[in-house]
Parts: sequence; C-alpha cells; structure tokens
Amino acid sequence: MSGFLTLLKRDLLLALREGGALGTALGFYLIVVTLMPLGLGPDLNLLTRIAPGILWVALLLAALLSLPRLFEADHDDGSLDVLALGHMPLELVAASKALAHWISTGIPLALMAPILGILLNLEARAYPLVIATMLAGTPAISFLGAIGAALTLKTRRGGLLLALLVLPFYVPTLIFGITSISAALLSPAGFQASFLILTAISLVSLVLGPVAAAAALRQHMQ
Amino acid sequence: MTTDAATQTWTQRLANPTRFMALSGQILPWLTIAAIAVVLYGLYLTFFVAPPDYQQGETVKIMFIHVPSAWLAMMGYLMIAISSFGLLVFRHPLADVSAKSAAPIGAAFTLLALITGSLWGKPMWGTYWVWDARLTSVLILFFLYLGLMALRSSLEDETLAAKQTAVLGLAGVVILPIIKFSVDWWNTLHQPASVVKIDGPAIHSSILVPLVVNAVGFSLLFFALHMKAMRNEVLRRRVKALRMAEVEQAARGRDTSSATAG
Repeated sequence: MSGFLTLLKRDLLLALREGGALGTALGFYLIVVTLMPLGLGPDLNLLTRIAPGILWVALLLAALLSLPRLFEADHDDGSLDVLALGHMPLELVAASKALAHWISTGIPLALMAPILGILLNLEARAYPLVIATMLAGTPAISFLGAIGAALTLKTRRGGLLLALLVLPFYVPTLIFGITSISAALLSPAGFQASFLILTAISLVSLVLGPVAAAAALRQHMQ
Repeated sequence: MTTDAATQTWTQRLANPTRFMALSGQILPWLTIAAIAVVLYGLYLTFFVAPPDYQQGETVKIMFIHVPSAWLAMMGYLMIAISSFGLLVFRHPLADVSAKSAAPIGAAFTLLALITGSLWGKPMWGTYWVWDARLTSVLILFFLYLGLMALRSSLEDETLAAKQTAVLGLAGVVILPIIKFSVDWWNTLHQPASVVKIDGPAIHSSILVPLVVNAVGFSLLFFALHMKAMRNEVLRRRVKALRMAEVEQAARGRDTSSATAG
C-alpha cells in the first residue's frame, strides 16, 4: 500500500509541477463552453435548458484531451518498465495513475463547471447538482480512460484512436449524469435513482479500468 | 491419432490450423447451401406468405430483416468476446483469427439493424431516429465494432494487435447486457422483447414462423461468412509467412554470395 501512495504522490507532484496539462484541459473546457452559445445563439432560456448537457459534454472532451499522457511519459522514459518489474501488481500501478489523473484533472474540471455555468445562465439550484454529479461521475472517466490510454500507447495517431475507443464507454456516465440533474430539477425525489446508478458506474469502472489497463500494458511489455 | 482424439477436446484439436482447414473445407459448402436455401425460403415467406399486420401494414416485413440482424449484431460481439477470452486465457491460435474475422461481419449486421430500424421508424414513429435507450446502445455497439477494427489496424505488430484488441473486446462486453435489458429498464419507444419470453412469444404464429425461419437463415449466413473469413485469414497468414521465409532466404543467399565474392 505504501508503494501505491508513493506512486500516487509522485504522479500528483509531477502533474502539479509540470503544470501544463491541467491548464490546457481547463482552457479547452472554457473554449468549448464559450463556442456553444456562439453556435446556438445567445437565447438565455435555451442556454439555461441545455447548460448541464453542454457542461458535461465539454468536460468529457477536456478530460479526453489529457488522457494520452496518462502512461506516455512513463513509457517513454522507461519508468513504466521499472514499475512493471517491481513488486507492486501492474493493476495497482494503473489504478494509482488513474486516481492521480482523477485528482489532478477530474476534480479541477468538476469544480470549474459551476464557474462556466455562469456563462450559460445555469439555474441557481442546479449548481450543487452539477458539482455533485460531476464529482461522482468523473472517476469513471479517468478509470475507463486508462484502458484506452494503455491500449493506444504504441499506436500511430493515438489521440484520435483513443477518442474512438473510449467515448463509447463514457456514454452511460454521460447519460446518467445528465438524467440525475434533470430529474432533480423536476422533482427532488427523482434524483436518487439516477445518481445511484451514476455512482455504481464509477465503482464498476474502478474495478474494470485498472484490470483491463494492466492487461493491455502487459502486452506492451512482452 | 486415436489417442489424440481421446485426450484432446475438440477446441484443442482445432488448434492445428491444417486440421481446421480440412474440417472447415468439408463443412463450408454444406453450410453455404443451407444458408442460401433457408434465407431464400425465409424471403419467400416474408414477401408472399406472411400477412400484413393490421396496424403496421406491409412495413411489418422490415421486421423480418431487422430482428435477425439485431440478434446477430449481438451474437457477433459475443463471438468476439468468447474468442478474445480464448486468446488471452488459453492462447488458442485460432481465437484471434475468429475474433478478427467476426468484427466486420458483426459490424455489417449492426449497421443493417440500424438502417432497417430507421426505415421502419419513419412510417411508424414518424422519424428516422429517436434517442431511445435501445437505439442508442446499439449505436454504441456499432462504435465498439469500429473501435476494435481501428485499434487492430493501427498496430503494426500483428500478435500485439491481436492481444490488445482482445483486451478491448472483453472490456466492451459490458455493453451486451445493457442492450438486452435497455428496453426493460427504461420506458422507451422501442418495444420490449416479444419473441423470447418466459410465458411464450407474444407474436401470432403467422408472423412468428417467417421470423424464426429468417433468424435461422441469417444465423447460418453469419456462420458461413465467418467460417469463410476465417479460412481466408488463415490462408493470408500462410502467404505472409511464406513471403517472410522467401525474403529471409534471399537475404541469406545474398550474404553468402557476397561473402564468397569478397
């Protein structure tokens, strides 16, 4: 377990001190959200209605942008090979990297969503809902994304392929993230069902992601 | 041979590509004839025997293509998932051949199901496409097929590509229960299961019989296409191996000739 925490700390420090990745993701998030009203027209009622959807879709795209870097740097400088040879199971390595990605990218993106909500005239009572569903849903984005990042490690044109592979897996998270927001806006009672499923998807991905990513990484090592 | 047959399971015996080629070479002609015959009979029933539905009219006949295609779209993925499991766990040499050749066929049936479904949806629901749970999940299945093929084509090393695709194929298997139960879990426009039910099918036999005949015919067609594609893939790999051996031999011949000349 200490190895897991050490690796997590290292990845977080790297993300913090490198700095570029998070800034790019947040900037991309801002740009995509800004483009939407320009494309759809500045009708505030329309924007209020579709704001949660825009925030969620843009969040997926922004998170996707940072995914290729998940294993790439460690693979290029050889530290991934060292990690694979170490006594820690590769599943835990993958889990730690995905967790670091969630903390360094998922949480900041989720916390930035309400600020962008102002641009989209988001309803006041939707703010806590947006933050809650995004914090519950973004782990799935990081952990399922780890599968795609591991699979496309050595491919040509990896970034585009990663999007094609990973986005189908994101669809349930997106659907239940949105439905729990819209259900809660209609009646407070409707929130729980969708939100529980959203959390369940994240928990399943916590198991599926590292196992599949480690299996994919192992094929690269052979 | 006899001791082999006694100790090996049939999947182990088929691990020898030569044995697979011999066996599939014998089965394939009969399978093809059977597929063509049943599909033709099914189409005959569809167009000349089955009555038009009292609500849907003649459009109900789209269902005779749509439903079997949708079943095979899922079965194709199941085939890929089982083959992927066979490759990753048992290292079965033909598992990858099977997974690779099933992907385009499954994708074709998925596309067919989507297209026929939207052709039926226009007169019945008034729109070609609705974002309902069943339609969306089948569309995701189609994207998964595309992802499998794209991943395979983007990796240079064939054995690595095979294993990576298998990992993705197994991870994607979570979509199958979502498709199957999407119409039961959510109240959607797409009708729930009406053929395979615990308390018997909810369809009149005049419609059910052509549907089942078509389903059997399409399944035979799937297996025939799959077997043919597997044979092609085995042959392609043999040609590739021969070419590599030839190149190696030529390189060695040049080395020795240059050595003697030097």
